[in-house]
Amino acid sequence: MSRIAERFAALRREGRGALITFLEGYDPDPATSLAILRGLPGAGADLIEIGVPFTDPMADGPAIQRGGLRALKAGATLAGVLALVRDFRAEDAATPVVLMGYFNPILAYGVDRFCTDAAASGVDGLIVVDVPPEEADEIEPQAKASGLDLIRLVAPTTDEARLPRVLAATSGFVYYVSITGITGTRSASAEHLREAIPRLRRHTGLPLAVGFGIRTPEQAAEAVRVADGAVVGSALVDTIAASLDGNGRARPDTVRRVLDQVRGLAEAVRAVRREPAAG
Amino acid sequence: MNQPLPPNSFRQGPDARGRFGGFGGRFVAETLMPLILEVERAYEAARRDPEFLAEWRALLKDYVGRPSPLWFARRLTGHLGGAKVYFKREELNHTGAHKINAVLAQILLARRMGRRRIIAETGAGQHGVATATACALFGLKCVVYMGATDVERQQPNVFRMKLLGAEVRPVAAGAATLKDAMNEALRDWVANVHDTYYCIGTVAGPHPYPAMVRDFQCVIGEETREQILAAEGRLPDALVCAVGGGSSAMGLFHPFLDDPGVAMYGVEAAGRGLDTGEHAASLNRGRPGVLHGNRTYLLQDAHGQIREAHSISAGLDYPGIGPEHAWLHEIGRVQYVAATDDEALAAFQLCSRLEGIIPALESAHGLAQVIKLAPTMPKDGIIVLNLSGRGDKDIFTVAKHLGVAL
Repeated sequence: MSRIAERFAALRREGRGALITFLEGYDPDPATSLAILRGLPGAGADLIEIGVPFTDPMADGPAIQRGGLRALKAGATLAGVLALVRDFRAEDAATPVVLMGYFNPILAYGVDRFCTDAAASGVDGLIVVDVPPEEADEIEPQAKASGLDLIRLVAPTTDEARLPRVLAATSGFVYYVSITGITGTRSASAEHLREAIPRLRRHTGLPLAVGFGIRTPEQAAEAVRVADGAVVGSALVDTIAASLDGNGRARPDTVRRVLDQVRGLAEAVRAVRREPAAG
Repeated sequence: MNQPLPPNSFRQGPDARGRFGGFGGRFVAETLMPLILEVERAYEAARRDPEFLAEWRALLKDYVGRPSPLWFARRLTGHLGGAKVYFKREELNHTGAHKINAVLAQILLARRMGRRRIIAETGAGQHGVATATACALFGLKCVVYMGATDVERQQPNVFRMKLLGAEVRPVAAGAATLKDAMNEALRDWVANVHDTYYCIGTVAGPHPYPAMVRDFQCVIGEETREQILAAEGRLPDALVCAVGGGSSAMGLFHPFLDDPGVAMYGVEAAGRGLDTGEHAASLNRGRPGVLHGNRTYLLQDAHGQIREAHSISAGLDYPGIGPEHAWLHEIGRVQYVAATDDEALAAFQLCSRLEGIIPALESAHGLAQVIKLAPTMPKDGIIVLNLSGRGDKDIFTVAKHLGVAL
C-alpha cells in the first residue's frame, strides 16, 4: 500500500479527516523551507504538498505566485526540490509527500528520469496542474511505472459527463477545487461542499480532499466534515511573506509562525469527529 | 538528424487532440478544461453555419473595410533592385492591424455562447484595441490585460482602449509583458467562467485557439492569392511575415502551404541580437516545452523556467510561438529567420520614406527580411510582405530610439 493510501486508511480508522499543507519548495530559502517541512508532521500536517516553483503558474493566485518567485530567486529548481524531499525523508518515513507544479520543469528535467528520481527521493504523488486527462499519456505511464500516484483536480465546472474520465485517471486521492478560480482568492461555502462532495462520492471510492479556498481553522474544519482532507496553501504562504524582513529574508521566527498556524489548523481538523470506518 | 517524411498536405492539422505533429494540445488545468471543450464545440458548430460566416464576412467588408489592397511597392522595389515587392495592406483595416479579423469572429462566437463579458490579453495593444472595438460595437463588457511595461510604452493604444469603453488592467507580474498578461487573463477566465469569453489574439493557447484564430486570419492569404493572380497571373515566389505568436503569418501562409513553389519566411524578433540573450526568437534560440496550454518552442532556461523575451516591438515580445509554426519549422516548410531591433528600425524608416507608409514595428521586422531577400532574387521574382499593422502607435518608441524628443 502506498504511503498516501496508508495515511488515509489510518485516518479513517481514527475517524478524522486529513490536514494537507501546501508550501512552495525553497520559499523563502532552502534552509528555512527544509526547517518548516521537518516541523510540519509534528505540528499536525497529515500529508504534505510541496509546490515546484514555476515562472508562469497560471492556476495560482497572487500569494503563491509571489511565493514561487521568492523560491526561484532563492535558486529553486526541480532537482533542488527533490533534494529537499530526500532531506525530509531522512527523518520521516511515514508522512506522504506530494509534489504539485506545472509540466514544463518536468519536461526540461526529462519525464522518465523525473519519475524515477522523484520516487527514489521519497515522493509519493504528483499533481501536474497543466496535464489534464486528455494529455495523460505524457506522464501517466512513467508515473505508474515508478509507483507514483497521479492526483487530479476536479473543479466545480467538471460536469457529470467528464467526471468519470477525470476520476479514472486519478490515483491516491482526488483534489476537489472548491471554487471556480485560482488559489487563495475566494472561499468555498459549506453549502457548496455539502452538495459537491457527495456527488463526487457517487463516482469514486478514493479519498476526497478539498482545496483552493481554505484559509482558516474554521474553514478547514468545515471541509473535513464532508470531505476526507482539507488543503491549506495560500494562507501559509501569506504567513511566510508576512514574516520576512525588508529584504525578503526569513526572520528567526518565520518557521515558528508557520508551524503555529499549522497547529491551529490541525487542532480544528482533529476536533471534527467522523464515523470511524474499518480500514 | 532524421527528417520526418513530408505529409500529403500541410493544411490538414490539427488532429483531434489539437496537435500539429508533436506540437499544440490542451495543457490546461482541470478548472479550464471544460471551458475550452465548450469553445471547441461552439467553434465546430459555428464554422459550419452559413449564417455565422455570412455575418462575419459582412462585418469584414463593411466595418473592417476588406478586402485589404495588395500594393505594388514600386519605389521600394526599385531601391532594392531585385524581386518585385508587394504589400498586403492589413494596416489599412479598421483599428490598424490584422487582429480585428479574428476578433470579430470570436466576438460573434462569444455571443452565440451567451457570454456578455470579454477578456483579452494584449502586447502592443493592437489586439486589445481590436477587442475593445468589437465589444463597443456589440455592447459587451471588455477587460484587457496588458503588461505594465507595455502599458508604459504603448500609451496611445491604452488611451484608445479606454475611449472604446474597455477596462485596461495593467499586469505587474514577471517582466510585465505579453506572457504575464496572458497568465492573468487565463486566471480571470477560470474565476468568471459563467459569463466570460477569452478572446485570444494569436495562434497560441490551448486547442482550439491556434486552429480557430488561424482559420479566421486565413482571409489574409485567401485574398492575397486572388489578388496576386489578378495582378501577376501567377503565385508569388516568396511570402514574408513577422512572427510573435504568429497569427498574421499563419493567416498569410496557410492558404499557400500546399503550393511548393511558394517559399515562406517567418521573421522572429532578434532584439539586440540572437546571441545576446535579449531577443524573442523562440524558434531560432528556444526549445520545445509547454506554456499557456500548448507544446511549442519556448525561450526557457535549463530548468524549464520561462525566460523573458525582448524586442523593440511589444507585439513580438513573447517567449513562445504558435504550435503550427513550431511544426512548420520542424518539417522545414517555412524558414524562420530573424531581424534585430536595429534592422527593424532601419526598415521602419525606409518604408516611411519610400512608400509613404509608416509600418508597425512588428511589420518592420518582416520588411527587414524583404530588404535582405529581394536583392538576391531576379527582377521578375515576386515577394508578398504581410504589412500587418500601421506604425502610428510606434512613433513614440521610434522617436525615443532615434533620440528625438516629441
